[in-house]
Amino acid sequence: MERDATIPPQIAVPFWNDPAKRAIVFQAVVLALVLGLGYYLFSNTQANLQRQNIATGFGFLSRESGFEIGESVIPYSAADTYGKALLVGVLNTLKVSFIGIIITVVLGTIVGIARLSTNWLVSRLAGWYIEVLQDIPVLLQLFFWYAIFYETLPSPRQALNPMWGVFLSNRGLYMPIPEAHPAYRYAALAFVAACVLVYFLRRWARRRQEQTGQPFPTVRVGLALLVGMPVAAWGLGGAPTAMSVPHLSGFNFKGGMSFSPELGALMLGLILYTSAFVAEIVRAGIQSVSHGQTEAAMSLGLTTTQTLNLVILPQALRVIVPPLTSQMLNLTKNSSLAVAIGYPDFVSVANTTINQTGQAIEGVALIMAVYLCFSLSTSVFMNWYNRRIALVER
Amino acid sequence: MTAPGSPTPAAPPKEEVRAPVPRIEVLRWMRENLFNGWYNSILTVVTLYGLWKVVPPLIRWAFMNSCWVTTAEECRKATGACWSVVTSNIRFIVFGFYPHDQQWRPLVAMLMLVAMLFYTRDRRHWKRSLVYMWIAALVIMGVLMKGGVLGLPSVDTTQWSGLPLTLLLSVFGMVAAYPLGVLLALARRSRLPAVKSLAVAYIEMIRGVPLISLLFMSSVMFPLFLPEGVTINKILRAQVAIILFTAAYIAEVVRGGLQAIPRGQYEAAESLGLNYYLTMRLVILPQALKIVIPPTVGILISAFKDTSLVVIIALYDVLNTTKSVLSNPQWMGFSTEAYIFLALVYFVCCYAMSNYSRRLEQELGT
Repeated sequence: MERDATIPPQIAVPFWNDPAKRAIVFQAVVLALVLGLGYYLFSNTQANLQRQNIATGFGFLSRESGFEIGESVIPYSAADTYGKALLVGVLNTLKVSFIGIIITVVLGTIVGIARLSTNWLVSRLAGWYIEVLQDIPVLLQLFFWYAIFYETLPSPRQALNPMWGVFLSNRGLYMPIPEAHPAYRYAALAFVAACVLVYFLRRWARRRQEQTGQPFPTVRVGLALLVGMPVAAWGLGGAPTAMSVPHLSGFNFKGGMSFSPELGALMLGLILYTSAFVAEIVRAGIQSVSHGQTEAAMSLGLTTTQTLNLVILPQALRVIVPPLTSQMLNLTKNSSLAVAIGYPDFVSVANTTINQTGQAIEGVALIMAVYLCFSLSTSVFMNWYNRRIALVER
Repeated sequence: MTAPGSPTPAAPPKEEVRAPVPRIEVLRWMRENLFNGWYNSILTVVTLYGLWKVVPPLIRWAFMNSCWVTTAEECRKATGACWSVVTSNIRFIVFGFYPHDQQWRPLVAMLMLVAMLFYTRDRRHWKRSLVYMWIAALVIMGVLMKGGVLGLPSVDTTQWSGLPLTLLLSVFGMVAAYPLGVLLALARRSRLPAVKSLAVAYIEMIRGVPLISLLFMSSVMFPLFLPEGVTINKILRAQVAIILFTAAYIAEVVRGGLQAIPRGQYEAAESLGLNYYLTMRLVILPQALKIVIPPTVGILISAFKDTSLVVIIALYDVLNTTKSVLSNPQWMGFSTEAYIFLALVYFVCCYAMSNYSRRLEQELGT
């Protein structure tokens, strides 16, 4: 409470005026209050649970769930356990967040740059995009897109066909994908290998530049590797070109890749809502780098690309990345609204589990624990990043 | 010399400074803002083409071919938008299950709230008396909604719904969360390890989980926390969840303000012999809270938007009353129009608030 005062030892201070002792007493009182409240709630809960004959503990996780989940990344059936059902939910949440974050960042960057365009029309449109989408609750946007999918789009028989092989109906979006073939697995492996290669290439190029001053076209060579190696692997694997095209059979489409209306509405709503915030962050980040920096870089004789890569982006990213990560986390947290439109994300599955088993405390605790894991790992990353990019001053 | 009586040409020599011809201005403006360079010209043309493709059909749908006050059957025949779904059900959308003959009461309460907000907008009115006015206004609004005194029939809180519920959850959420948030921020900046770690744990935990998990907690776990026989109604439970959630965010904003206060201010207060409580109340908080007014309005905006989440625990806020109109077979299929109307309501409220916060930011010069 009080600062440590330097008191001459000869004056005896009554303990209620000694800051150090008062601090201890105050903390003890606060702790006692919090613990007392905790104990009160705990004992009430215990009594209530005993009265209602609800067993506590996570034993229910290994029982058979008995409900189907519409969409799943891993194979799942109603005969599997609650634990596996919840795992399916976590994976669905991660899938939505992962794809959503990538598209959101790309879209938000485009809109943010458009907001700064010298073209009046483009800048104005981007401004309205940001203003309108930020000011409408994300849940309302989800309901809106879901209603558009369900009510406005035609049935599969009259599905919209905007381009070859792509069908849009109230059962979802269907598009062609290549038929399964081992060549694609080789290509994926080649892509991973290319990523590793590019990482080491970049490190080597940077070290060489620091030692000799010779630059190396890392971006161009890296892109060539990232594109070229998978294509080469695909060609060596037999260059399969067969496509699985969706076709109408009965009341719905078969084949191809599909997005359900729930997933479509969820993605669309989350991406549009979050990208408006990301656009504002990108705009602010770019504006934070003063024009003098560009001029200084040009007067050093750097090319436009070098100016962007070596001068502008490192400074803008320092401003952009921290709020950007918190928006990514927001998107992940907002994906829990999937429960309102019936997409089986983690909260939705946990909600079903709570309703079926009555294990409310365990269910809510699991929801909180999973989201806390997400946000804690994000803040670990953020701390690492902030340390890495912190301004090194004299 | 002029003869008396004859009109004197007092006008200065006729050399009018003409306003620039507007047409040229427009052309120059267009050249500077839309067609500077081939790249921007292409961008403009493409954008205009896109707008030409989208906007006229939209206007035809929304205004020209639309129905405004018709029955659902006439709507189904029309090719345009059916705004009748809103106009025919407006009373239910706004007031929900509040007794029909008593709906003037939430209306008066809402008008009072709007009047108070307008009065508060002006910074000249920011005095101590304003706080008392707000407290009085909130009490009157509560009495109007609840009734039971002054000859007003009592209305059960289970019937509170629609827009009044949305406003109630956000306004009371904010009012109660603010002091709690300030306390948490002070606790987080405290030098006492026990107090500080409790505050950090609380703030980080709440900020790490989605609001919906707290709402689930309030609807399924809260009843278990209470002693046998005690029940708290559903709206109050959701309100508590919203307060606990918003307080953590306010705490972070206020902490930012506290961090911005230079050390010299603490030292000056100390040298005046002020104790901790007086230092905070008279020196630190007045400065810190002033800095964070604009971001606090930002939190108010998101709290207002977030109240829509109570749909998921089956409270009838304005979003849920709209949804239940749409589940009526007669009006099924007109969701787009109803949601657009609701989006407009939210947009107007949030836009007004965010504009205000931007203006305030400039005025306060922070």
